Amino acid sequence: MNFKLKVWRQKDRQSRGKLVDYDAPDIPAQASLLEMLDIVNERLVLGGHNPIAFDSDCREGICGTCSLTVNGEAHGPDHPGAVCELYMRKFRDGETIIVEPFRVKSFPVIKDLVVDRSALDRIVQAGGFISARAGSAPEANSIPIPKHDVDLSMEAAACIGCGACAAACPNASVMLFTAAKVSHLALLPQGEPERTKRVVAMVRAMDAEGFGNCTNTYECEAVCPAEISASFIAKLNREYSKATLRHSAGE
Amino acid sequence: MDGHAKGIVTRNLRTGKIDNVAADAVVLATGGYGNVFYLSTNARGCNVTATYRAYKKGALFANPCFTQIHPTCIPHSGDYQSKLTLMSESLRNDGRVWVPKQKEDCNKAPNEIPEADRDYYLERKYPSYGNLAPRDISSRAAKEVCDEGRGVGPGGRGVYLDFADAIKRVGEQTIRERYGNLFEVYEKITGENAYHVPMRIYPAVHYTMGGLWVDYNLMSNIPGLFVIGEANFSDHGANRLGASALMQGLADGYFVLPYTLPNYLAGQMGKRPSTDHAEFKKADNDVRAKIDNLLKINGKRSLDSIHRELGTLLWDKCGMARNKNGLEEALRKIPELREKFWREVRVPGDGEDFNQSLERAGRVADFLEFAELMCLDALARNESCGAHFREEHQTPEGEALRDDENFADVFAWEFRGNPATAGPKLYREALHFETVHLAQRSYK
Repeated sequence: MNFKLKVWRQKDRQSRGKLVDYDAPDIPAQASLLEMLDIVNERLVLGGHNPIAFDSDCREGICGTCSLTVNGEAHGPDHPGAVCELYMRKFRDGETIIVEPFRVKSFPVIKDLVVDRSALDRIVQAGGFISARAGSAPEANSIPIPKHDVDLSMEAAACIGCGACAAACPNASVMLFTAAKVSHLALLPQGEPERTKRVVAMVRAMDAEGFGNCTNTYECEAVCPAEISASFIAKLNREYSKATLRHSAGE
Repeated sequence: MDGHAKGIVTRNLRTGKIDNVAADAVVLATGGYGNVFYLSTNARGCNVTATYRAYKKGALFANPCFTQIHPTCIPHSGDYQSKLTLMSESLRNDGRVWVPKQKEDCNKAPNEIPEADRDYYLERKYPSYGNLAPRDISSRAAKEVCDEGRGVGPGGRGVYLDFADAIKRVGEQTIRERYGNLFEVYEKITGENAYHVPMRIYPAVHYTMGGLWVDYNLMSNIPGLFVIGEANFSDHGANRLGASALMQGLADGYFVLPYTLPNYLAGQMGKRPSTDHAEFKKADNDVRAKIDNLLKINGKRSLDSIHRELGTLLWDKCGMARNKNGLEEALRKIPELREKFWREVRVPGDGEDFNQSLERAGRVADFLEFAELMCLDALARNESCGAHFREEHQTPEGEALRDDENFADVFAWEFRGNPATAGPKLYREALHFETVHLAQRSYK
């Protein structure tokens, strides 16, 4: 297959970036979009040019490292799935494909298509953990957990932390991510001891990083590669309200 | 420093800055070396660099030839491919593995091949375990039928994993509940619907049992250098069993290291050196020199093309089945390829910057040295054992034949400088089996 590409090139955080045109002829239809970029890069390097920088690691949709906006959509048009799971046969032969980094103020560009998402790490560091010591595991039946809670917690835990929710949101809100992390732990007894402290600290960290707030446009849910439901944001809001009430009541 | 590991030198991937970090002890949790084969189920970033450079500083590398080839991966389909995707082993609970009995049928659509013309080779050869035969055996059996020319799909390197019978038995809905996400992944990658046509699978490199030698406290032979997880050699012998990599990660990190590391630290208080120490300066200079050398080559070949060439060579000669001639051939070709790399590769950009080509170049350079150690180990282990199958050593039925009298040992290698002038030195640690005794396994 043959494609025309418009790819965001930016030398570093300080420089101004721009879209640069490339031809991508002879691309196998079974190649993924990232493999297509590998091929383009190999040709660029052999032609004496600098390759296009982009992030990837597992290349099977589970690590959350890849972070491209393709034709205006975070992770491209084949939802649900990370951009490493986007295959070239999903495009028309001869199509022009626009490849940009995730566009969020709190994710500054490091180079070309690579953005700095350490803001997400700092939100997790603010409270996305439990204090229960690992030690020897208790007998599994000693802490019964309703199946419904386990399933919901598991759904939230599927978040791969890619940041597409913020990239797709008109307010650059990262509430789907934060909601997933808060809910995953709040639904389980192991998360109970820090439940109140956690949600307050994580929401504060999220605000401090400069992310916006949710106005229910649900773009996040539409692009989420892990299909996290936006209803977790409602859960985050409930958790937050309860926690701040308890705080103001002097607990 | 005084024989102890007291710090690390790192290159900041984002800024290119070289940092010296002094410490009381060093813990390596840097994973396995499966990407030496170029294609594997590992993430792209996985590499041997940290463990290999520790080896070059005196840590022993144990059993590097023990690499696990997982039987159920989506087959390789072309040079563009950057990784192989694992289809979970659980699929073998309900899927039946087969190939056509006749070579001539390989290009037919699978649904047109009648039951009588199919060879369910795992069920035939291993009636008690059938499709659930262990990984190394299932992988080798797949290779065997493909070598006979009975493989399916592009390139003839694939076998069917068929769910038709299971769907008939329990219904599509149940199969969807059990494996729906895997069928989706398969469809995304191949564009095929495995509810209607059988999946095609082929073995791929998945896990490396070898790694840096450690004692029961997970400390290497260098005091203060601890190695945990896939990076060490300790738990899996010659053939890891399902789910035990996760077990090792948890055991090493939660249950062993927190108790053994403090024991070492107790005697080390106040001994942390300053980063002005001459050893830091030396290590720092070596790192900078290596980076400069990589950037200077400025040749005409891409990193990937050399890495792919190395991977193909290892896959053929040091993959699912090995023999003396093949390994000797690989040991001749690897140094040639390494020379080619240092003469012909092109690493663009500079060192003081975010430079992904430079990152990969350093890793490929280490793989090109490490590959030689792997083949050397495979050649020295003149028996078949677990995932290490030497074609010279097999039973009449083609099963792995161990030689416990001569090889019930861990092989640990010590670096002694340039392999062209002084090969690594082999230490052998005898294995003692006190309660469970060695026996020949049978899955018939």
